[in-house]
Parts: sequence; structure tokens; C-alpha cells
Amino acid sequence: MEVILFYLTAIVAIMSAIFVTQCRNPVNSALNLITVFLCLAVYYVMLESPFMAAIQIMVYAGAIVVLIVFVIMLLNLGLAVKERYTHGMAGSGVLAAIVLFVANYFIRYGEATGTGGSVTSEVVASYGHTELIGRAMFVDFLLPFEIASILLLVAIVGAVIISKREV
Amino acid sequence: MENLVQEAIQNVNLQAIMPSLVLCVFGMAILMVSVFSKRGSTTHIAWLSIAALVVTGFVTLIGWNNPQAGFAGSVLLDNFATFFSMICIIAAGLTILMSDDYLRREGYPVSEYYPLILFTTAGAMWMASGTDLMTIFLGLEVLSVSLYVLAGFFRNQTRSNEAGLKYFFLGAFSTGFLLYGVALLYGVTGTTKVDGIAAYLMANPEAAMNTMFIAGGSLLLVGFLFKVAAAPFHMWTPDVYQGAPTPITAFMSAGPKAAAFAALMRVTIIGLDGLQSELTSLFWILAVLTMTIGNFIALTQKDLKRMLAYSSISHAGYVMVGLVAWNEIGLSAILFYMLVYTFMNMGAFAVLVLIGKKGEDNLTLDGVAGLGYKKPILGIVLSIFLFSLMGLPPTAGFTAKFYIFAGAIEAGYIWLAVLGVLNSAVSLYYYLRVMVQMYFKDPEEDFAWVSINGPVTISIVVSAVGVLYLGIFPHTLMSLAKLAGF
Amino acid sequence: MITVNHYLLLSAILFAIGTFGVLTRKNAIVIFMCIEVMLNSVNLTFIALSRHVGNMDGQIFVFFVMTVAAAEAAVGLALMIAFFRNKESIDTDDFNMLKW
Repeated sequence: MEVILFYLTAIVAIMSAIFVTQCRNPVNSALNLITVFLCLAVYYVMLESPFMAAIQIMVYAGAIVVLIVFVIMLLNLGLAVKERYTHGMAGSGVLAAIVLFVANYFIRYGEATGTGGSVTSEVVASYGHTELIGRAMFVDFLLPFEIASILLLVAIVGAVIISKREV
Repeated sequence: MENLVQEAIQNVNLQAIMPSLVLCVFGMAILMVSVFSKRGSTTHIAWLSIAALVVTGFVTLIGWNNPQAGFAGSVLLDNFATFFSMICIIAAGLTILMSDDYLRREGYPVSEYYPLILFTTAGAMWMASGTDLMTIFLGLEVLSVSLYVLAGFFRNQTRSNEAGLKYFFLGAFSTGFLLYGVALLYGVTGTTKVDGIAAYLMANPEAAMNTMFIAGGSLLLVGFLFKVAAAPFHMWTPDVYQGAPTPITAFMSAGPKAAAFAALMRVTIIGLDGLQSELTSLFWILAVLTMTIGNFIALTQKDLKRMLAYSSISHAGYVMVGLVAWNEIGLSAILFYMLVYTFMNMGAFAVLVLIGKKGEDNLTLDGVAGLGYKKPILGIVLSIFLFSLMGLPPTAGFTAKFYIFAGAIEAGYIWLAVLGVLNSAVSLYYYLRVMVQMYFKDPEEDFAWVSINGPVTISIVVSAVGVLYLGIFPHTLMSLAKLAGF
Repeated sequence: MITVNHYLLLSAILFAIGTFGVLTRKNAIVIFMCIEVMLNSVNLTFIALSRHVGNMDGQIFVFFVMTVAAAEAAVGLALMIAFFRNKESIDTDDFNMLKW
């Protein structure tokens, strides 16, 4: 059952990721992007991380893609011109293929050896995923959390300045 | 529940983040002040920001020789971090001094510019003091996101828009690689802490042969090399440096680059210490490549900002020579070099800010023709900075290069030092060409618009004094840099 | 049985697709979406490894990657709008003011 679900979702994710890169209409790309995000949320549930799945849908599908669609609407973009073949594209294709094969090779023959942490399935089941996230974030990673607030402040100020019309 | 709160509070050590904390509080306060100020008046905001940087500088210096760790190993404010924080503070101060008149000339007196520079500096401090890849990554992002905004700050100028967008795309793209590298390293070692990775490598030397570890480490390095603009990941630098507002170009080439080197040094020298021989041979190739590409392309440039962009690539190459050496003198020479580079490069850019007209289309080789006659003092000062960039005595550029190459020779990399010196010889050509234009060409302009009464002059004077002082009396700073090395 | 390597391979495939898109497309918004695909594949790697390794660090990292993605989206899209106002285009072929 798990295996079937994994492969089905994988097919959908890969197909829609390819569509994101290939659709001529940016709106179609954005919709396919949402599908990729949803597939990943399925995986997060399978990986016993329901909180991350919820965040994934809320932040990515709910906020970022909406922002992208807004901008597409605002700029009123038409269909992309059918792109001409260039040597640059062939080179990029080769490069991406190399990245793929090298990454696959390295991962297949490598080993994720850093095992042995304390958070097992039983721990997740007894504490609940959200509580574990909260503990880690506010006890061990408080400083990155605070830095993230500055990051968001900078992003807000920056976005407002850049997109204001008059000085 | 109670003891969780206790545990969380125990991890807090405000002293370990004091400089960045002070800077962020000031940044937010200045943001508030700017909301209530009259639109278009930015001078008092600029001076407030300078005051903030001075206070932060004092707070940073208090932390010297008093290393503070905190936040469950997320941050360590040691001498190394303090030194790099000071470099970033100096760079930010010089930038702000040259910005006020510039922004008014270009018609963008927007006061949010200054808080953004302060936040960038805070991001650079987190990069320099972070001992967890998460802290380093978030510091890097605070720095990058504010720089995307600052590079594209002139929103009605296509050139600036383009610089911001290019920087944004390549920055985000390289962030993807950096993160993928961190993810794979995390899978192998089970931690994102720099010393955790080092401890794992120490306990399991065979991990170095694990292909996943190799892939993770290489992707992480690719991400960092993008940020320090080392060849072959330097393509974005010239475009972004040319299109961005000139003070921001100066800032990017000094402060953020120093912070990226700080993070790169901490990750490689502490985290990947077990791979020293592999890493040094990699850096050997990259250093030679970066120096050579930067210098040879700079030979063909007509635009001064673009030429200085390529020159900054080649200087990143010299700094990497110190990383190849991997010994005490080489590493402390990197610290010394970054400070000296801040002075000499920002000084040169400050002169460009001063002689530019609105729109800055005159900042080409022909544009400086006769500057040496019409404005003799500016001519001499720019010559000092150019001599320092070339690496000629008695300027600080010479001592900095001397220490870097001395480190390489001590570690046995004679050929690398020879290649570095040859590269410096190549670079003489394009720096000297500017001076030939200044002194041996008939003036086309009278440079009547150049006024040396603004705060830009302060930043030029500070830089010039720094370059000359460190050139003649380098020992004090070098001994401090030795204390700051690992 | 689905192991951690399955997830890693899947995310490597997604990462390569995203890289391919970034390098070949000309429309700035589509390039941005491809970068999001890359970041998401990294997130999948992190969460899969976090469960495999058995600590929460990786998941916290995903949290911050999402924050960063949101911040970058805001700033990047603002930059695109500013560019579009001046050039009436967000085609990367029109990024041609700065050349050597």
C-alpha cells in the first residue's frame, strides 16, 4: 500500500515538476507548482511529519503561489513565445542531466549514516509531532528563529520600497 | 512545561549576540524615526545610522578576548567573529558616509536605505559568528535579501533593476545548491552544527569516502563560492557590481564578501578539518583560476565599476591563497587582507562616487581623463588606492599580499605564490591605465561639479589613512589578526 | 518497503528538473517557480533524512527554508514588477543593459 502510494505520488510529482518547467503559460506553471507542493505534503504525512505537511500547504500553496499568481495577473503576461532552440539550451539540458546522474550516483552509493537520534516513531506518536517541533525550535534553535523575524522585516521593507511608484 | 521554559532560558546568552542585537534594535528604531521624518530629508537618518554603527563598534570591541557561546551552540562570538564584525561595521560606516549626497544626486532620498544597510551588517555578523549551519544560512539570507533590495534600489533605472534581478536569481539559485549540500551533510553526520560535523569526521574517518558526504560537501562549497564570487561561479559579479548604486557596489565588495569568507573559513577549517589535503588542492586550483580570470578580463574593461568588479574577483583569488596555506600566518593574513581590501576598495569607490555625474555615464576610462590636473588632491588619493590595489609599497595592499604569499610559501606552495605575484604584475596594467588617463591625457571635462565638502570626503580620508597606516605599521593589526585566527 | 534512499532519489530528480528549468526558461516568473521546485526538493531531502537520522534539526531547517522562500518571493516579485514597469517585459533576453 505504502509502496503504491509512494510511486503514484512520485509519478504525479515528477510529471507536474516537468510541466512547471515546460508550460508556455505561466499560470499553468503555477498550477502545476501547487500540485508538486501537494505531492510533497503527501510525502511529509508518510514520513510522520503532519505539521510540516500542514505548513507546506499553508505557506507554499497558500501564500507563495498566490503571490506568484497575483504578480502574473498584475503583469498580464501572455503566452511565452515559442522558444527557439539554442546551443545554450542543449548545454543546460546536458548540465541538468549530469546533475541528476551525479546526484543519483552519489546518493545510491552513499549512505545516510548519521542515525541513532532519539526521535523514533514511538516518540513521535507519544509526544505528537507539533510538540517536538516546538521543543526543538524554542529550546535549541531560538536564535535562528529570531533571525528569521529580522529576515521577514527586511523582506517587507524591501518589497514596499522597490514596488512603490513615487519616491 | 516549567522546566522546558527553564531549559530555553538557560540557552540564552545575550552577550554572544550583543553586537548584532544592538545593531538590529538601532535599525528598527531608525526605521521608526524615518517614518515620522519629512519625506526626502535623509541626512539626519544617515548620521543616526553612523552613530548606531559607532555604538555597535564599541560593543563589539568589548567582546574582544572574551569568547561567548550561546543558544545551544548556534553562535560563538570569538575573536574571529569580532574581527570580521569590525570589518563589516567599518565597511557599512564608509558606505553610509558616501551615500547621502549620492542618493540626493541620483534623486532617491529614501531613508529606508540606511536601516537596510544596518540589517545587512547584522546578517554579516551572524554569518561570521554562526557555528550552526542554520545560523550561517539565515545570516546569509538576511544579508542577501537586503542586498537584492539595495542593488535594485533605483527602481526607475533599468540598470539598477537589472542588477537587482540578476543578483536575486543567481543568489536564490546558489542558495538551492547550498541547502542541498547542507541537507546531505546532515544526512551523513546527523547534525548541522559545524563542530558536530568535525567531531563526526574525527570519530568516523571513513565518512570522507562516503559519496553522500562528498556530494554534500561539494554542493555546500559551490554555494559559498557563488557568494564570494570565486571562479567559475563569478559570472554574476560584473553585471551586479556595474548596475547597482555605487556605494552599494563598494559595500558588496567589502563587507558581505568578508562575511562570506568568514563563514567559508569556519565551515572548512573547523568543520571539514579532516579533509585538509583534499580541500587545499581544490582551493589551489580555484585560487589560480579566480586570480587569473579576474585579472585578464579586467584588462579589457572600459567601465570603471566593471573593471573594479573584475579586480574584486581577482582579489578573492588572492584571499583564497591564504586558505590554501591553511596555517596560522595564512589564515591571519586573510583577516588582515579583508580589512585592507575594505579600506582600499571602498576608498576607490568613494572617489568614483565623488566624480560621477547624475546617472554615472561618465565613469569610464575616458571620463577620468585629466582628473590629476583639474583636481590634484583627488588624483593623488585615487592613485594611492590604485597603488594599494596593485600591491605596491608603501601601501597596505603590499603588506597584505606579502603576508598572504608568505603564508603560502611557509606551507610549501612556492608555485602558488609565484603565480600570485605574476598575477599582480598583470593587474598593474589595468590599474596603471587609469592613472595614465588621469595624468597624461588632456582633460575633456573641468570636473566643476565635484565638491569635496560633503561627508564623502570623510570616508575617503579614513580609507586613505587606513591604507597608508596599515602599509607602514602593519604589525599591531597583524598581531591582532593572529589572535583572531583559529 | 520504502527506504530513505527512495526519497533521496526522488528529491534528486526534482532538483535536477528544477535546475533544468532555471537554466533553460526565459520568463523570469517561471524561473522563479523552478527555483521553488529546487528548494522543495531540498525540503523533502531534509524531512526524509530527519526521520532517518532521528532528530528534529532537519525539520526545523525546513521551517526556515520556507521562511526564506517567502521572503525571497516578496522581494523577487517586487523586483520583477519594478523591472516590468520600465521595460514592459520580464523576459531574461531583455536583461541586456549590462554586458561586457
